Formats: sequence, C-alpha cells, structure tokens
Amino acid sequence: MGWGPAEELGKSLFIAYLRKKIGLSFFENFGKYCMLVFRTFKHPARNKFFREQFFRELEALGLGSIGIVAIISLFMGAVIAIQMAANIDNPLIPRETIGYATRESVFLEFSSTVVALILAGKVGSSIASEIGTMRVTEQIDALEIMGVNSASYLILPKITASLLINPILTLMSMFLGVLGGYLACLVTGMLDPPSYLTGLLFDFRPFNVVYSIIKSIVFAFIITSISAYRGYYVEGGSREVGENSTKAVVNASIAILFWNLILTRILLL
Amino acid sequence: MIEIKGLYKNFGDKEILTNVNLTFEEGKTNLIIGQSGSGKTVLMKCAVGLETPTKGEILYSGRPFTHSSLEEKMAIRKEIGMVFQGGALFDSMTVEENVAFPLRMFTNMSKSELDDRVNFCLNRVNLPQAHAKYPAEISGGMKKRVAIARAIALNPKYLFFDEPNSGLDPRTSLVIDALIQEITQEYKTVTVVNTHDMNSVLEIGDHIAFIFKGNVVWTGDSNTIISAEVPEVRDFVFATPLMKKLFK
Repeated sequence: MGWGPAEELGKSLFIAYLRKKIGLSFFENFGKYCMLVFRTFKHPARNKFFREQFFRELEALGLGSIGIVAIISLFMGAVIAIQMAANIDNPLIPRETIGYATRESVFLEFSSTVVALILAGKVGSSIASEIGTMRVTEQIDALEIMGVNSASYLILPKITASLLINPILTLMSMFLGVLGGYLACLVTGMLDPPSYLTGLLFDFRPFNVVYSIIKSIVFAFIITSISAYRGYYVEGGSREVGENSTKAVVNASIAILFWNLILTRILLL
Repeated sequence: MIEIKGLYKNFGDKEILTNVNLTFEEGKTNLIIGQSGSGKTVLMKCAVGLETPTKGEILYSGRPFTHSSLEEKMAIRKEIGMVFQGGALFDSMTVEENVAFPLRMFTNMSKSELDDRVNFCLNRVNLPQAHAKYPAEISGGMKKRVAIARAIALNPKYLFFDEPNSGLDPRTSLVIDALIQEITQEYKTVTVVNTHDMNSVLEIGDHIAFIFKGNVVWTGDSNTIISAEVPEVRDFVFATPLMKKLFK
C-alpha cells in the first residue's frame, strides 16, 4: 500500500512547481527574447545614427577584445603543443603529430568556442550592464518617449559590429594559437620547428576554417542578443543590473555550448 | 488637449488606477498631485505610453493613443517632450549632443541650423556655457534644465514633467517652476506636471488633479486648493508646519 491520493497530490504539486519555476520562466523569457530580437530589426534608426553607433561598437567590442584574445590564443596554443608533446611518447607515432593536433584543436574548437566563451564573459557583461544602467536611469524610456525604437538604436549596432568582428577575432586567434605552439617548440626544444610546421600543414582541410567562422558568427549573435536582452529588461537598481550581467554571461555561455553541439553535428557529420 | 477617459491600471490583482477621467488643456500647467504611492507616476507613464492601461483611452487632440498601432504611437510621441525625475540624459553624450539628439534623429537640419537651435534651447533654460560638459559633470538643477532644453528642442505640443523639483533646493526649484510656466505660456503646450511639492502647486498650478489611492478625488487650481473641503486634500496641503502656520 502506498500513500495513495496524498502521493498523487504531492507529485502533481511538484510537477506544477517545476513547470512554474523552470518551464514557464524559460518559455516566458524565450518569448520576450524573440520579440526583442524582432523589434531590434524592425524600424531601424536613421543611417547616420546607425553608422556612428556601429563604428563605436566596432571599437568597443572588437578592438577592445583584441588584446585578451591574442594573449589567451598565444598561450593556449603553446600549452596545447606542450601537452601533446608530453603525451606522445610512443615511437610509432610521428612527432609531427604535435603540429597536426595543435592545429586541429585550435581550429576546430579553441578559436571559435573557447574564445566565444571568453567574449561572453567580457563583452556580454559589458553589454548587459551598459543597457541595464540605461534602463534603470530611464534613458531607454527617454528614447521611447522621443519616438525612437530603443531596441534597434541600442542593440542592432552591437549585433552587426559583433557579427563582423568576431570572425576576424577567430581568424586572428587561429593564427596566434598555432604561432604559440611554434614558439613553444622553439623555446622548449621539445620538437624541431620544421617538424612542427610539417605537422601543421599535414592533411589541411580549408572547410575546418569555414566551420569555425560559421560557429563564430552564430556565437557572436548569441552573445550580443542574449546580453542585450538581459540588460534591456532589468527592473530595479544597480544590484539588479549586476545580477542581470551575471545572468547574461551564464545564459550566453550555456547557449554557446548548446549551439556548438548542434552546429558540430550539422556541419561535421 | 489631452483627454484621459475611464482609465484603469492593474498590476496583477492590485488596482493602481481606478476610473481616472481628466482633461489637460493647452497653454496651462496641469498638475497631478498626491502622496507617494498614490498612482501619479503610473498615470503619467500610461499617458505617455510607457505603461499600457488595463482599460480606458487616452486621446491626444482627439487622436486615440492607447490602443493605436506602434507607428501611430511613434508619430504622436514625436510631439511629446518629457523631463524625467533624474533627467535621463544620455551619459555618453555631452550636454550639446543631448539637446541635439532629437533634432538629428527627426529633422534634416544643417550643421549651422542645428547649432543655432541647440544654442537657443540652452539659452532658453539659462545654460549658455555648458555645451561641452557631460551629465556627470553638472549639478542636479543643471541636469533638469538640460533635460528641459532637450524636451523643447522639437517644439513639442505636449510636455510632461515627472517630479521636476525632486532633489533640488528651494531656490533652484523656483527657477525650474518659472521655466515650466514660461515655456507653457510661450509655446502654448499642454503641460502635465507630476509633483508633490506644495510650492509648485501654489506657484504654477493652473489646473490641479489630486489623486488618492488611484482615484481622482479633487480637481481645481492653485487658488482653490487651500479652501478644498476634501479631507485627503487638506491632509496633503497642510502636512507641513509651514503651511499650517501660513494658512490656518
């Protein structure tokens, strides 16, 4: 004999709680997010405003991220090469594999996904806090009162600038990643640089670069739109702006990992 | 003229505004007064479209606003100027750029025309030398004046002020009140001011609506408010010892 009706009641209450806490809030947020994205592309601001904002964002989101992407790519490339060298001790495996494996790791995963996760932290929190502060100080209301589509004015230049600059950052990261591996070989002497270069050029598939670029474009959209969404709907004060900046980074990171899986399945299999 | 007809606003189960009926005429300073939490700000937000009323309609010179399309709303909004409680100046822009913003967005003025208009607006609010400063570099009173300059830049037909004197000293408050009244009479705007400052009520209240718990319980002007018989209005008007000493 079980608990009978009490157990059934408990189960249905638990399911209702889960639906309310997880399901409803997810679908509600997703619906609001889709509507905001739709509004962003509807009634764009005048061209000269868009141009000004676009170049401003290009500088803020793109140039401002070059340093961190360069440093991380260089060091990660070097670390990947060293780890490969440390783990390949079988004499049957040629040492050139170090260059080949470093290239594959950097091109396929690191320069697109890991760099996107880093940018989700840097750029995502900055976008969410900038737009969130504008919300709580009524600057977004002021734009709306003037008859300006605030979503388009604030978010569209960020998305477009990011869509343009992220693939460039990814290409730069690829180059610096394999350069880091080369420098590691040069400095540590674990592999002679010509062998590393031979491995680097072995079985090179240009599609892997295209695959990485496609991923970086999708991730750029995810980072900017989710962060902008989190900032745009902030309610409260500075504490809520901070909380939403954190949520922006977490949500964008999860979305990146999810879409990474889907895109890998679609493009590589 | 702005007409508010049978306006209701609920947040969840809580009714914030109940059957509000008001008319704001042009060339007059229309004040919405009441205690904090009475529904003044919600009423103003409904009036400018930042909140959607649960029921009722708002007409701008006979044109429906509440239930109109986004395009129609945006067309009416271009005729609205609003000064927010904190100024809501764009902090990444200088004072000059803030005032020029609506002009650049909605007109095709040349650079010299734009400069002339910005200078005129900033002179009108007695701020001729603040052009290059950022909002973070100016005082609260100056921010309010820049916000007024930005609000009048496009010659609006309707002007809204949300707590224009909050956080200001009495002397600066008088300057802002005088400015609101001058602009209203000069440009024949429909001016709506949301305030709980009794000085403003007595100085510039051409038409006053008193809101209590979401209901309009009294309407009148600055001359009749002192003798109002409604207990809630009397409690509000004579809340300070100074007002008691002066009028009782």
